[in-house]
Amino acid sequence: MKLFQTIGQSSLKFLAKLGRSSLFLISILTGLAYTFSRPNLLIKQLYSIGVLTFWLIAISGLFVGMVLGLQGVYTLSTFGAESSLGIMVAASLVRELGPVVSALLFAGRAGSALTAEIGLMKTTEQLSAMEMMAIDPLKYIIAPRFFAGFISLPLLAALFSAVGVLGGYLAGVEILSVDSGSYWSQMQSAIDFHDDIINGIIKSIIFAWLVSWIALFEGYDALPTSAGISRATTRTVVNSAFAILLFDFLLTALMYGES
Amino acid sequence: MQCKSIEILVGLFVSLCITALFFLALQVSNFSDLQDNGSYTVIAHFENTGGLKSKAVVSMAGVPIGRVADISFDPDNYDALVKLRIDARYNKMPSDTSASILTSGLLGDKYIGLTPGGLNEFLQEGDTIELTQSALVLERMISQFLFNSSDKDK
Repeated sequence: MKLFQTIGQSSLKFLAKLGRSSLFLISILTGLAYTFSRPNLLIKQLYSIGVLTFWLIAISGLFVGMVLGLQGVYTLSTFGAESSLGIMVAASLVRELGPVVSALLFAGRAGSALTAEIGLMKTTEQLSAMEMMAIDPLKYIIAPRFFAGFISLPLLAALFSAVGVLGGYLAGVEILSVDSGSYWSQMQSAIDFHDDIINGIIKSIIFAWLVSWIALFEGYDALPTSAGISRATTRTVVNSAFAILLFDFLLTALMYGES
Repeated sequence: MQCKSIEILVGLFVSLCITALFFLALQVSNFSDLQDNGSYTVIAHFENTGGLKSKAVVSMAGVPIGRVADISFDPDNYDALVKLRIDARYNKMPSDTSASILTSGLLGDKYIGLTPGGLNEFLQEGDTIELTQSALVLERMISQFLFNSSDKDK
């Protein structure tokens, strides 16, 4: 009996949370016009969400690309196919690693910061104070952060892939002397603009939506105590990572599952 | 002043990321040869396409001049109907041009090689290439070879 009660309780809790977060998302989306009519709010958030994540993404992208280059040459040379290195590096970056790894890093860097910030605002009753002043905190505080995340992550994912391709070039061509011409030309002939690059961008747009939504909701929904904030921050990172990987599988199955 | 520097940094961030996107589009993918100069479609029937895929390259003299637009089965003739989309720049293909399915390298992708004919009429939109050569199927070649050599033994 006890077991069923626990199962029932947790599934009801989950459904209630899903419902609250959907209502939360809807009220953010109604703040769209408000956000874009006050670009200063958006620019400030673009700075703290996008610009401060820039170096993290650029450097991680470089190293991921270089590792791909080294491992690619190591594996491909057993088949004498080092000249296909460009395809391997670019396809894995543009299709999977770019969107997924940049979203994971973004959840760790920007998502957790958003949760902690919103959670602390709630704990110190700044959000309630705004409501007292007839300012809707969902529009003034939450919506600009949501759209800043929504804009930043696809841009950062593109940056990650581009820097990664250059990193693969550094490792493969400059260090391990794969032919530079075949690196680029094989890449260009194999990577399709629509099938690979646009699909990668679509993926990162969906991840941006997921991560910003989860991070802001966990902050808004946090228990107004210090322990509550720390638990909410953990939940943001864990749930975002889980959602990103789950949706990555679903999107990959939809995009590339046919052939 | 503080607000201004934030604006500058955000501007730099956005423009750098968009540059990265352009880099991906132009340097990494085939976006640059997507520029559509218009194209025309011709049809070719093949007995066996041997794993040709749509979007495979159509080349003449080793130079890509178009792509395979569509491959379907023709229930009237029991053969494969392949639509080739050829770049409009190359609109002076003799109408007795022949098409064959070839493989790039030993294990590479299948592509269609066109060999020009000698007529003075040119292929138009919707024309059919009459002279075609199917893909070589390795198993068939091997079995032919085996049968031939066993015949010789007798």
